[in-house]
Amino acid sequence: MSGVEAVPRLEAPAAGRERRIAALRGLGRSLAIAVISLGLFIALSAVVGEYRDLQLADGAYYFAAVLGLTLVVGYGGKISLGHGALMAVGAYAVALLVADEHWPLAGAIAAAAVVAAFVGLVLGAAASRLHGPYLAGATLTFAVALPQLGNRFPETLGGENGLTINPPAPPGFLGAGFPPERWYAWVAGLGAAAVLFFVLNFKRSVYGLRLRACRDDEVAASLCGIWVSRTQTLSFTLSAACAGVAGGLLTVVLQLAQPGAFPLELSLSLFAVAVIGGLGSIWGAVWGAALLVLLPNWTHDIANSLSLSGNVAYNMPLMIYGVLLVAAMLLWPSGIQGALRRLFLYGRGKLSGRRVRNQPLTEQGSAS
Amino acid sequence: MHKRWVWLLAAAAGGLIAAGCGSSSTGSTVGITPTSITFGTHQPLTGPAAPGYSEIAPASEAYFKWVNAHGGVYGRKINLIVKNDEYNPTDTVNVVHQLVLQEHVFGIYEGLGTPTHTKVVGFLNSEKVPDLFVASGCPCWENGVEHPYTFGWEPNYTIEGKILGQYIDQHFPGKKVGVLYQDDDFGKGGLAGIKEEVPASQIVSAEPYVPGTTTLAPQITAIKSAGAEVLVDFTVPIYTAIGQLTAFTLGYHPQLMVSSVGIDPHTVAGLLQTISKGKASGTGLIEGAIAIDYLPSATETSNPWIKLFMKIHNEYEPGTPFDGNTVYGMATAYTLVQALKAAGKDLTREKLVKVVEEQGASWRGPGLVPFAYSKTDHAGYIGGELGKIEGGKLVLTGPPLVTQPTAGTPITPYTTPQEPPPPDGIPTN
Repeated sequence: MSGVEAVPRLEAPAAGRERRIAALRGLGRSLAIAVISLGLFIALSAVVGEYRDLQLADGAYYFAAVLGLTLVVGYGGKISLGHGALMAVGAYAVALLVADEHWPLAGAIAAAAVVAAFVGLVLGAAASRLHGPYLAGATLTFAVALPQLGNRFPETLGGENGLTINPPAPPGFLGAGFPPERWYAWVAGLGAAAVLFFVLNFKRSVYGLRLRACRDDEVAASLCGIWVSRTQTLSFTLSAACAGVAGGLLTVVLQLAQPGAFPLELSLSLFAVAVIGGLGSIWGAVWGAALLVLLPNWTHDIANSLSLSGNVAYNMPLMIYGVLLVAAMLLWPSGIQGALRRLFLYGRGKLSGRRVRNQPLTEQGSAS
Repeated sequence: MHKRWVWLLAAAAGGLIAAGCGSSSTGSTVGITPTSITFGTHQPLTGPAAPGYSEIAPASEAYFKWVNAHGGVYGRKINLIVKNDEYNPTDTVNVVHQLVLQEHVFGIYEGLGTPTHTKVVGFLNSEKVPDLFVASGCPCWENGVEHPYTFGWEPNYTIEGKILGQYIDQHFPGKKVGVLYQDDDFGKGGLAGIKEEVPASQIVSAEPYVPGTTTLAPQITAIKSAGAEVLVDFTVPIYTAIGQLTAFTLGYHPQLMVSSVGIDPHTVAGLLQTISKGKASGTGLIEGAIAIDYLPSATETSNPWIKLFMKIHNEYEPGTPFDGNTVYGMATAYTLVQALKAAGKDLTREKLVKVVEEQGASWRGPGLVPFAYSKTDHAGYIGGELGKIEGGKLVLTGPPLVTQPTAGTPITPYTTPQEPPPPDGIPTN
């Protein structure tokens, strides 16, 4: 009949068995991506020197933290300026379990994820009721206050000195001359790959879909039957688990959990690079983590060559994050990954001849 | 799916291209060439410990420039790479990784800070990097068996505490004592020394503070309420100043005693002025304080070592203040040059470490007391001399006293007089 809009038919839901196969296929795909990324990471760590290995290790745990943050900010549409504190929770958990209770590393990092998730649950319950600047303020307070707990309980948490763990030794079968820095990179890479696998699955799952629906329009989502506050609390909880793993990996790499490792600058920088890298995108988290690792070194070199004063030099990274964040919001809201993607599409000649995806379904052309 | 593979492969290719081959940082002769030798140090150039301490590395650099201008050591010029860690232990870990693994320095020299350096001692010893003359009096650096590559230089804080404690026993018997100490190995070590000499019943209050705090009002109030007539400060200069200002506003005027770490009068006067926004000027608030030092006072212009250091300072860093920190930096640099000279022309990391252990105890220099260096004991100066702030200057009243940090060891006077410096200011050993 004419005059009626062509509405795409939703396919009838697949039968139970087909759905399970599709789910397993998605799981397999996520696993393949995580494993291949880890393999490339390990290959890279094997050809570079020990200092670069440490930088790779840093990049790995930053990647895990930024992934967690992009889950809540990119897919969930909420602000969190408190992820540095969640990393601190994970870091101290690993330090206490490994140093005092002699847990194995894997168990300690898993426990760190659980503890941080619990903290995230509490934070998320509050966050789901707050919006915009109020949420930013609440998470900011959290970021400032939580690491100071170390000073409040100096006997158990080590005060300003913090907690140290013995450097994790590479396992014997790798040989006696295996550089410990490479081992830290491998452990951090494994942890980051686990977080990547988890976030990839979450993204494709119904929970990820619900979260994005809440982000795009809370009212419409709740009209569809989605429990908005519960979904957002869940996203905070899972995001906190990722940050907890990141913090635990930080303790492994630095062998140190100390309030000075989680200053306010960390939470702000994590947020800034999550946006600059590209919100809601895995590759955005990669660029963000790379920026976190490399920018301090670059600014240090720049400051040295310009002979800037110590105070300016020390604060340059944060200043640059601020400038980039504002620039990204104004000029490239999709961040580095969005810009790269546009370049890629442009290069393939698609930008001129074809609509970009996410256009309304009434348009011609299929969604890519 | 196709796009994803392309991205992954592109990233891998990019990563491998961006990587270089790493060069080795291990080995005995890293950081040394026939014409140069490079050391690295981590210093608080900014942050809560920067006032005063940020002058130490430039002073060492000035002394090295003096030595380089006179031909260096066996033809090698000494380079010092200074990295800022803001007194933040996490940053210390990062910059020391950079110095050892990226800049490939021969050794770490004068790493400053107790909470900071304790985080890198394990790394430096496992990488077999000489870690010389740590700028901290923590007993952490003294165990030559546990940390064979690390050497202290300053007197152990427990030794300082003991000597200050003995003074309290002799001059303030029965008086109530309060202790303000930094909440880390520095402050706790000093407190332990005080407790060895002063009866526990006399110590009525011991309040810690965390570096980075902006107020000491809770601590000083608690010490005042406990009725302490003597206040012992194990504080870095900025907290000596804040403590005294707080006490003044509370109308509390105890007899002050300060560790060598926090007493440099010039530094403290400057901080008093800044913090009080000009209301307090000069050293009035620390006048009459009893202090301990192991180097000649920076204001003792008749001392030949001070004359030498002032000459070098005026030539290489004019326009900067000349105070206790300058003397500290140059005196440590003197010890390093003594070590390099003693190790000989064929220099390796192991040889440098060995020569400090075997000969270090016999080296004379600007110190008022001797070093303790041996195979098992890597402690530096083993004592100090008491003095008083008079007219804004630290006047040492002597005699120099030496002791060991272990409880029960006696405190004895050290009677060997200080030797004058060599004619051109460069050690002949």
